[in-house]
Formats: sequence, structure tokens, C-alpha cells
Amino acid sequence: MQAIRDFFNSFLLVELLKGLKLTGRHLFDAKYTIEYPDERAPQSPRFRGRHALRRYPNGEERCIACKLCEAVCPALAITIESEPREDGTRRTTRYDIDLFKCIYCGFCEESCPVDSIVETREFEYHFEERGEQIVNKQQLLAFGDEYEAQLARDRAADAVYR
Amino acid sequence: MAEILELVWILAKIVVLLVPLLIAVAYMTYAERKVIGWIQLRRGPNRVGAYGLLQPFADALKLMLKEIVLPLNANRGLFVIAPMLSIMPALAAWAVLPVGQGLVIADVNAGLLYVLAMASLGVYGVIVAGWASNSKYALLGALRAGAQVVSYEIAMGFALVGVLMASGSLNISEIVEAQAGPIWNWFWLPLLPLFIVYWISGVAETNRLPFDVAEGESEIVAGFHVEYSGMAFAVFFLAEYANMILISGLAAIMFLGGWYSPFHGLPVLGPIFDLVPGMIWFCLKVAFFLFCYIWFRGTFPRYRYDQIMRLGWKVLIPVTVVWLVVESVFILTGFGPWF
Amino acid sequence: MIELIIFYVFAAVLIFAATMVITARNPVHSALFLVLAFFNSGVLWLLAQAEFLGIAVVLVYVGAVMVLFLFVVMMLDINVAPLREGFARYLPVGVLVGAAMLLEMLLVLGSGELSAVGLAGGASEALGGVGTAQSNTALIGNVLYTIYVYPFEVAAVVLMLAIIAAIMLTLRRRSGTKHQDIAKQVHTRKAERLRVVRMNPEKRD
Repeated sequence: MQAIRDFFNSFLLVELLKGLKLTGRHLFDAKYTIEYPDERAPQSPRFRGRHALRRYPNGEERCIACKLCEAVCPALAITIESEPREDGTRRTTRYDIDLFKCIYCGFCEESCPVDSIVETREFEYHFEERGEQIVNKQQLLAFGDEYEAQLARDRAADAVYR
Repeated sequence: MAEILELVWILAKIVVLLVPLLIAVAYMTYAERKVIGWIQLRRGPNRVGAYGLLQPFADALKLMLKEIVLPLNANRGLFVIAPMLSIMPALAAWAVLPVGQGLVIADVNAGLLYVLAMASLGVYGVIVAGWASNSKYALLGALRAGAQVVSYEIAMGFALVGVLMASGSLNISEIVEAQAGPIWNWFWLPLLPLFIVYWISGVAETNRLPFDVAEGESEIVAGFHVEYSGMAFAVFFLAEYANMILISGLAAIMFLGGWYSPFHGLPVLGPIFDLVPGMIWFCLKVAFFLFCYIWFRGTFPRYRYDQIMRLGWKVLIPVTVVWLVVESVFILTGFGPWF
Repeated sequence: MIELIIFYVFAAVLIFAATMVITARNPVHSALFLVLAFFNSGVLWLLAQAEFLGIAVVLVYVGAVMVLFLFVVMMLDINVAPLREGFARYLPVGVLVGAAMLLEMLLVLGSGELSAVGLAGGASEALGGVGTAQSNTALIGNVLYTIYVYPFEVAAVVLMLAIIAAIMLTLRRRSGTKHQDIAKQVHTRKAERLRVVRMNPEKRD
């Protein structure tokens, strides 16, 4: 009996028609596409995009050249050199991140004792020439200044879970 | 002089047929991307022009500007000829297809045979491309395509033999005339098994999903046209879609009454629907089949190669043979309104 | 006029292709030139208003036979050099066979049996003088299934035998190889392969 039913099912293409019905229904369903430059998906406050170096509200840079980020970086993307400043504090003289090496894991941010190196939500950027992918301290600090308001907000939002 | 005028007239007819056909081919690629997108809950191309309507032209421009790479050790002459071999028969077959009453370039008596012959020529483009590319993927794809097309041609030929028995003519216009009448007078109903077999083998003939093992992008990269780029690739692409339109056109003519409206010959509805020109009915029917092509692509996973061969030889051909016998009984007994 | 031009163009291509079939170095080229030759002879038949035969030759030889031929030639790695070695030795036999075929052709053509008048006359004779207005597809059918029905059937049986013999010669079941039984695969049901397990969601700590 089952064999006969199977025979007719396969000859009448029942399963194929079922499949066609399903896709036919999807044809008219609402579409999920987000039309990217015009529409954007919401971002998490924990989004990990391009890096920035933050400053204290008084304008002093946070980074104390402890090199924890350099040590923890799994892709060896961070290069730091440090020297004492005139006032005797230890500061970086060089802070380079190679964004081609970076895998955006966020370990540098986690390891930073003073919340200096952070990852912003910025993910739309490009390099036009070789060499531009290595961003130096000045550029990182400039990003930090540019995004400081949002960075502070995101840290505050995430502080509850830490 | 008169002969030259006639030649010019024939050329003009060819141009009038081919230009809309090629535009249809271009928009078929657009329609495919749109419909597949909708099936997968995406929107499809909508950036170039309103609703993405200029997308085919953008694609064409892109492909034209690309370089055609000749692989090392490829057979140069055959490599260049192959794309032409594949699009030429697909377009040539339209010479005998009537798009409306009397609207046909050549009303040949053996029209059906001519179409079958042209459809069977299409495989040369694939085989020659696969061999000339000097690549293992291309050769494998070409061999698969060759074996598949040759096997399914038999099922397709048998299915069309049913049509020719029912209409008693090889002339395509006469085949359509034999179906004059409302929708239940067309051949799809008495020849339903043959219609389905024809359609399945038509999909297989054009190497479309679920029978696209010749391309099989997940197994042999892109099959016979791996080595092709730029316009040479585009011609293969166009040939595939031109073949789809040809098979759909044939289906509309052989089984869905060509240019007749679905209510032709009925008391009230008949004259109203006959106001719409036959060409439009024909195009609508072709569009229906083309939509089915895309719909199948969006639904079915690819067949395994040995399963394809089994389906062709052990299922479709026996079904057609059985139904041909049944049909001859129909014809001898003068069954229904059809025979 | 135009018909004549077309005839000479296609005839020239046909002869060129036929020559290339035997002179081309690459067997795949030879096979493709043979395709071209068949195609052109089909066109010549069309010109002679034998549209059924013309299209049939394209359909059968070009569309099916030559595809399989090409298939074999492509799959085999034929080395051309040894094929050419015995050329001088086989030449006399080849010339003899060629001459015999030429003689046969001339005899058949010279007898007048094959002239257009003779054929049409024979056909209409067989059909009681109906034939001339019919398309030649119908004409061939009428002759084939009336006066030539027995030779036709015999030819069909011979072809059938050839198919069966070819299949039987090549069919071998090697033991010990893994192969899939597609019928069995197709007939499996969901229930045999798939078990739906209902699990209660686990509590979070």
C-alpha cells in the first residue's frame, strides 16, 4: 500500500510541487534586505571598529605606555615605543597599529588599564595607498577626539555588565 | 533585382525578430535575479535605474570592458568560435517559430524537425568550449553537458513526436492551428505526461537547475566556461538564456496553443479575449514558462549526475513511449475534442 | 542565381571540410570538420528541396552521432604519429576501395533510377498517382511504409540487434566496487532516515 502511494507520489511530482508551493509563498513575503547606505542595521555599543586613543576630560592623554595591548595583541598589530616626558611621566613616543594585521578582536581594549585604546563604531574607511593602513599616535588621538562623546556613552552603557 | 529585394526583406524580418529577442534575453537575466531574490526574501538588483531596470546594460557594459583571457595552450581558434557556436543555434531556431498568426520568418514544412536539429546543435558550443579551454574542469563540464543533452534530446524528441501525431503535421503553424479553441482544446491536456516530460527535458537540455551539472559551481567551478571572461563569457550567458526562451517558446507553441487566447471560440469571452493580439498571448505563455525556469532554480537542489541519467533513460523515455501508445489508441478511437 | 551562389559556396565549404577531415593533424579537428561537412551536405539537400532528409541528417548525424564521436575522441589521448606510419602500406587498398565506391556511385547515378523524375514517378506510381503536391516528408513516409516496409523493418531490427549487442559487450558488473542503488535511494522515506526529537528547553542557572 505504502509502495503504491510512494509510486504515485513520485509520478505526480507531489514533493516537487510542495517545494514549489513553499518558494511560491516566499515570493510574496516581506523582504528582509536592508538597503545599506540608505538604511542601516542598529549597532551594539560593543561594536569593534577602527581604533582610537582617548584623553582625560582635562586633555591629558590616557595612555601610560604600559604595553599591555602590545603584549596581548594576537596579530602583533601594535607597535609601541616609550620614553619619560619632561614632567617625569612615562609616555609613548610611538603608537602604531597596522590595520591590515588587526583582527578586531578587542583584546587591546580589554587589556588597557586606563581605557585609553578603544575601538570605535566606525567601520566605513578605506586606504588609497600602501602604508596608509599603519595609523600612528596622532591619527589615533584625533579619532579619539572626534568620537569622544560616543565613546564615553558606549563605555557608560556597558559599565553595568562589567 | 526581385531576389535581392526579397533577401533584404528577409533580413529585415530577422532583425525585427532578433532585436526584441535579445532585449528579452537581457531582461531575462534581470528577471532571474529579481525573482530569485524575492524567493530568498531579498530585493534583487535595484540600484541602477528605477527598480534596477538598467542593470542588464550595466552588466553588459562591464563585461564588454573586461579583458578576454586566452588560457595558455588553449586551442585558440576553437576557443573563440565556441561561444558563437552556442548562441547561433539558439537564435537560428526562431526562424520557424510563429510568434503570431502568420508571423513567421520561414514557414517550413519540416519546421518541427528543424527546431529539434537546431536545439541539438547547441551542445557543440559547450563541448568545443570545454575541450578548447585545456582545463580539466572545463572538459568535465563539457562531457557532462554533452552526455546529458544527448540523452534528454531523445525524451524531448519523443514528447514532440506525440505532438506531431496529434496534429498530423511537422509544420509548426499547422500544429498551432490544430489546437485552435479554448484552453482545454490545447495539447497540454491530452498529452499531459508528454508535456511534463517535454518540460523536464527542456530544463535539462538548457543545462539549468536542477540539471546544471555542466556548470556545477560547487563541484567543477563553472564547468565548460571556467576559462572564459569578458564578452566571450557574456555570449555563453546570453546563449543559455536564449535557449531558455527558445524552449519556452516551443512549449507555448506545442502544448499551449501558440497565439490563441485561452477562451478562443467560446460564445461571449472568445471575441473579447481575441481583441488582444495573438503575439501578446504568445509572449504571455512564454513568460509563464520562463518564470517556471526561475522558480525551479529557486526551489530545487542540483541533481546528482547519475540520478540525472537515470531520470532521463529509465523514467522519462519509458513514460513517453507508453503515452505514445496510449495516444495512438486515442487517435484510432477519435477520443475527445482533440483527435 | 542566388540559389546557384549559395550552392557553390556550400559545396565549396563541404569539399574543403571533407578534405580537412582526412588531412587535419588533430583528431578533434577532424571530427569537427566532419560535423561541418555533414551540416553543409544537409544544406545542399535543403537546396534540392529534400528538406526532410536535409534536416534529418543534421538532427541525426550532427546532433547525436557526432557528439558521441567527439566524446570518444576527446576522452582518448590519441597519438597521431603511429596512425600515419602505415600510410604507404595501406594506400593501394584504400585506392582500390575508393575506386570501387566511385564506380558504384557512377553506376547508380548513370542508371537514371535516381533522377528526380524517376523518384517522383516511382512514388506516385506506388500511391496510385497522388503524390506530386505533397510535402516530401509525407512522400517519404508514404513510400517507406508501403513499398519499402519490409526492408525498413529489417533495418530497424538490425539496428536494434546492434544496440543490444553493443550494450551486452560493454556491460560488466565488477564485484567489490561500491555503487549506489539510485532506485533504493529515491524510495527511502523521511521516517527511515530522520527522527525528530522533542527536547524540553533546559533551565538556565
